[in-house]
Amino acid sequence: MTNSWTDIKNTDLVIVMGGNAAEAHPCGFKWVTEAKHHRGAKLIVVDPRFTRTASVSDYYAPIRPGTDIVFLMALIRYMIENDKVQWDYVRNYTNASLIVKDEFGWSDGLFTGYDEEKRDYDKTSWDYVIGDDGFAQVDPTLENPRCVWNLLKAHVDAYTPEMVERVCGTPADRFLHIAEMIGECSSPTKTMTSMYALGWTQHSKGAQNIRGMAMLQLILGNIGVRGGGMNALRGHSNIQGLTDIGLMSNLIPGYLNIPTEQEPDWTSYMKSRAFKPLRPGQTSYWQNYPKFMVSFMKSMWGDAATAENDWAFHYLPKLDVPSYDMLRMYELMDQGKVNLYFCQGFNPLLASPDRNKTTQAFSKLKMLVTIDPLETETSRFWENHGDYNAVDTASIQTEVIQLPSSCFAEDEGALVNSGRWLQWHWPGAEPPGEAKLDTWIMAQIFLRVRDLYLTEGGVFPDPIVNLTWDYADPNEPTPEELAKEMNGRALADLTDPNDPSRTLVSAGQQVLNFSQLRDDGSTACACWIYSGSWNEDGNNMARRDNNDRDNTGAFGNWAWSWPLNRRILYNRASADLQGNPWDETRPLLWWNGERWEGYDVPDISPTARPEEVMPFIMNPEGSSRLFTRGMMRDGPFPTHMEPFESPVANVFNPNMRGNPVARFFDSDVARLGDSAEFPFVATSYRLTEHFHYWTKHNVVNAAMQPEFFVEISEQLAAEKGIERGGRVRVWSKRGEVWAKALVTKRIKPMICDGKTVHVIGIPLHWGFVGAAKKGWGPNTLTPFVGDANVETPEFKAFLVNIEPAVGEAVS
Amino acid sequence: MAGRYYSEPGDKIVARDPVTVRRYAGWTRLNHWFTAATLILLALSGFALFTPSLFWLTGLFGGGQATRWVHPFIGIGLFFSFMLLFVQLVRLNILRREDLVWLRNLDDLVKGQEHNLPELGKYNFGQKTVFWAMFFLIVILIVSGVMMWYQFFPDLVSVETRRIAIWVHSISAVLIMLTLILHIFAALWTRGTLSAMTRGTVSGGWAWRHHRKWLRELAGRQGSDTAK
Amino acid sequence: MTLGANESPRTAVANPPVQPVQGNLGQHNVVRSSAGGPVAENPVALPAVAKLIDVSKCIGCKACQTACVEWNDTHPDIGVNVGIYENPLDLTPDMFTLMRFAEYDNPETGDFEWLIRKDGCMHCADPGCLTACPAPGAIVQYSNGIVDFIHENCIGCGYCISGCPFDIPRLSQVDHTVYKCTLCSDRVAVGQGPACAKACPTQAIVFGTKDDMKTYAEERIEDLKSRGYENAGLYDPQGVNGTHVMYVLHHADKPGIYNDLPEDPKIAGVVQNWKGPTKTVGLAAIGLAAVGSVVMGLFSRSEVAPEDEQRAEDMVDRAADPAASGREQA
Repeated sequence: MTNSWTDIKNTDLVIVMGGNAAEAHPCGFKWVTEAKHHRGAKLIVVDPRFTRTASVSDYYAPIRPGTDIVFLMALIRYMIENDKVQWDYVRNYTNASLIVKDEFGWSDGLFTGYDEEKRDYDKTSWDYVIGDDGFAQVDPTLENPRCVWNLLKAHVDAYTPEMVERVCGTPADRFLHIAEMIGECSSPTKTMTSMYALGWTQHSKGAQNIRGMAMLQLILGNIGVRGGGMNALRGHSNIQGLTDIGLMSNLIPGYLNIPTEQEPDWTSYMKSRAFKPLRPGQTSYWQNYPKFMVSFMKSMWGDAATAENDWAFHYLPKLDVPSYDMLRMYELMDQGKVNLYFCQGFNPLLASPDRNKTTQAFSKLKMLVTIDPLETETSRFWENHGDYNAVDTASIQTEVIQLPSSCFAEDEGALVNSGRWLQWHWPGAEPPGEAKLDTWIMAQIFLRVRDLYLTEGGVFPDPIVNLTWDYADPNEPTPEELAKEMNGRALADLTDPNDPSRTLVSAGQQVLNFSQLRDDGSTACACWIYSGSWNEDGNNMARRDNNDRDNTGAFGNWAWSWPLNRRILYNRASADLQGNPWDETRPLLWWNGERWEGYDVPDISPTARPEEVMPFIMNPEGSSRLFTRGMMRDGPFPTHMEPFESPVANVFNPNMRGNPVARFFDSDVARLGDSAEFPFVATSYRLTEHFHYWTKHNVVNAAMQPEFFVEISEQLAAEKGIERGGRVRVWSKRGEVWAKALVTKRIKPMICDGKTVHVIGIPLHWGFVGAAKKGWGPNTLTPFVGDANVETPEFKAFLVNIEPAVGEAVS
Repeated sequence: MAGRYYSEPGDKIVARDPVTVRRYAGWTRLNHWFTAATLILLALSGFALFTPSLFWLTGLFGGGQATRWVHPFIGIGLFFSFMLLFVQLVRLNILRREDLVWLRNLDDLVKGQEHNLPELGKYNFGQKTVFWAMFFLIVILIVSGVMMWYQFFPDLVSVETRRIAIWVHSISAVLIMLTLILHIFAALWTRGTLSAMTRGTVSGGWAWRHHRKWLRELAGRQGSDTAK
Repeated sequence: MTLGANESPRTAVANPPVQPVQGNLGQHNVVRSSAGGPVAENPVALPAVAKLIDVSKCIGCKACQTACVEWNDTHPDIGVNVGIYENPLDLTPDMFTLMRFAEYDNPETGDFEWLIRKDGCMHCADPGCLTACPAPGAIVQYSNGIVDFIHENCIGCGYCISGCPFDIPRLSQVDHTVYKCTLCSDRVAVGQGPACAKACPTQAIVFGTKDDMKTYAEERIEDLKSRGYENAGLYDPQGVNGTHVMYVLHHADKPGIYNDLPEDPKIAGVVQNWKGPTKTVGLAAIGLAAVGSVVMGLFSRSEVAPEDEQRAEDMVDRAADPAASGREQA
């Protein structure tokens, strides 16, 4: 989230698209009802199904799964055509005026530089024209046909309301009504907020869906302001924390990168991370990258990381592929290339696509270790449960070790919410039975592995034996120790650069925040964006002051949010070029002539003059990007791509299947279905009665939603002879499931490109362990392909078939 | 052998001096008194549930829950017991023409001028009314009672139907109480009646006065028996 | 600490008092009691409370159901899906409240609407259950309007189920007493709002004094009217003298579309009749009949005269001696 949950109360218009906030985030959704009740805000829902969110919306429009880019580009087209643009914002705070290379172009659904063989783009043309001064060239008049704005105008031209109706199945009048409502928010005094979640991310072009809305929000001037923003609703209560501290195969904490094989040493690694400003006088905050990186290395390896050995850069693994994401790991397992898999707090048998493939992959492991508070299907993947898990147990030789761990209510620490708030919590109970804290389990594994390296040596023991492990009790680091480590501390006295006689932080003390981090090895910090969370003031995450000065919704003294306790990212953009708030009734920051002040921690140097330093300080341009250069693999603008399994061909290029650059493993090609065999579009989702695969263990939740079902329209039910509450079989190219049929008016057939498209909704909460009735989930059916940029699987749009079924499943 | 138009096979003159007539066999009397007992118990438990002022009667059955539990079972008892009685008595309780004449001259009965009334068989119109009232009310009570028997038939009928059932049950209960009172009153008011259900016999005078055709038929049968 | 009359909770989201509190609901403020059960002589006059359910804010998440189960420690069965969102499928002795989902094609706007209503006891000012109940003190109404079942007095007859115009109470086959929403009388008694309201994430359920809730409802109705719901209104049916659970409906003119919310609920005529005229007239008739019989019995009787015995003997004798038959005929 750029903003926070509590800030949503400040909005005038909420658009929920690519998510179902009421269903999946009911507690956060209270801020939507608050905005509706006390600000008169309106709520728009665009979704294949009439969802629980739609039930309290002011306006709803259906959309075919996987066609959001068309809808969003058409909205941008509408705004441009009808002059619903916040011009001062667009001219100054976006890269609309920057000039793009002449070679860049788009045709037949593809951008320049496409290599079909490699399934990749050569992105060199996707960039600005750099002048002799080393800065990107601009045309503030926006008249240059090669400026971003004019390229965008040309790019969205094809996305007419008729195109929306043709591709998305959304009636044009519904689309136009929504466009009109949104257009009102181009006023500086009206804001829209976008709330989205997995409905946008879980596509082979998920990142581009989000880009599309971000661009629209920039055109409306809705980023950095109260009641605006791009608000990703994170599903798991700490999934934000997971990404923050880099639990991704290609990241280290604070969104720093694991080096690749092309970056074998510190110099080559840092070369591509210079972040020289692209416009004069801009901040380009990532120029501080070395400070964060060195402090991270010092935090990891302490005295073993020195200037001489490039901060132990050689300890870091070097990626030979872009990432070892979940799909790649299971592919490798399936190829027999993985022996041991640690599965901590994760139930991939149900959560990963193409379950039959996952089962097959796990069956080839020598050992699987699961660490979980609950019994998971993953840890029982080898157990035969009749139709529900039809495996041949005797043929599976994988040794499975289950390590029971504590659940969130039994441990201490911070959970990071969608709004980036780190909220400290305390244990409410002791872990039952043999369950242990995850930190204890990990410490035990580490200490034993380290002993092995110490006693037996090994090819490269250094990163393990030199790892900093200075906890009071090495067997069990405390949450306090770990949190302080993330905040960072001075390893030597830190003096004021302007007055070397003044000591800012004494050796051993916690740093105030990441502004004090150094690249000379005098500071250690495990996660720079969390720096400031536990400084010498104490545990700021444990603050519980719910006073809210002038009811801005900032709640600045409640817990702590990264970065620097900032509640709204890019908040400098809430004021105009002179530093006055766009909306007097909703001030956030303002320039008092000397410095920035207001209700939030400024997202800019406090003394940066408003006309000079632009708000998007993380970008070398200083402005936000309507055109993303080569940052994304599948294009600098979002362009329409069909799902890999789609009932219709891409209108721009009938030969293009799915995302042309999304990774696809050879073994999965044959596992894709087509619309002749599988005529119906399926989409998976969660229900409010359950949380993922956890709450099926809880008898109360199980009673609220006991049994696996699929949702279909009355028309499809009639066509297939399916009765409400009857049993159906649903199958895709990859597997089959049986479910109860929930026949509803909330799903209606759509006409796309002259073809009737039926949508089948498949909720995901059932498995073969737990209190609820045994069932399947959608992931027996889903395809093994992910987003081109981040490999999030395409769970939200795939093809299936359906028929009435007889008899009960055998268990 | 002459037909039995006015009497049951068990009816016979058991003594001639004075004349004593067997009116009900032992097991019929047992049947009757069992039925009576269930009806009384039902009345007591039913009254307890019918009106708060009589809720204290639940004490007789061991409290409210026990009363609620036992009442329908007693009702089942009554139903089957009465039905047994019914098959025994129904034939002679079918209305005949003379019953209507009797009814028209009912005031003579009250005035003690019974000799103005037509001669009757085993039952007069009043007795038949009690018989049929009991029959219909018991059927209505059992049917409506089952409808409101939550413990075993919670979903038998809709709430709306059940409301009507409860109302009908209560009205029927009132009517059966009135019938019962009439029955007891008639039995006591008409001296000489009670022995029919206690000893099983009535005096010849009673039979002659109230059910002369019945007596005559019995006498006739006895005569022909003797003649053989 | 005891809560004073004015300390009745104003909102469910307010934090509860932290010091131990003496409950303020009990026999001392029972104003009505079923079947002539005991009422307080000088009841403490608490302000009337109400739970307001704003269906336009309700997202049907069932947090209220879950909170209800947990607070009341009930154990609803893990059932089945029969092709609808409702679960359990109906109110049960273990499920005092239920989200009901209605799919409605609005003929006026042409739009589809998914109407979700939290069903449960309405806490009628004139409760049909209490009227119908034959067990003294099994159903009571406190001075703040809460209608509560006192289980030790319940005899399990189920009359309250028939008495209820909203089809709410459910009879337990385990302990044979009837269960329904208590409006969390045990929480309200110590200054907390009902568990459902506390749990409701969107504050579609709010709780406070009935006056405050009506004022709040007006605000909501105004908002809904501004969104084109011209018939938005408060559901506080007067046929039962108003209720202590009220709804804000977008279509207050058509309560029936919300899963058969009764248009004009009142205690059913037959129930009124049963508990009124039938009872009174019936008892009077029985009493009169009994007294009348006794009186008539005192003044008259039908006796068998001695000569009747003789005539009977004659008849029998003649039958035994057929020759005499002609005489009797004469």
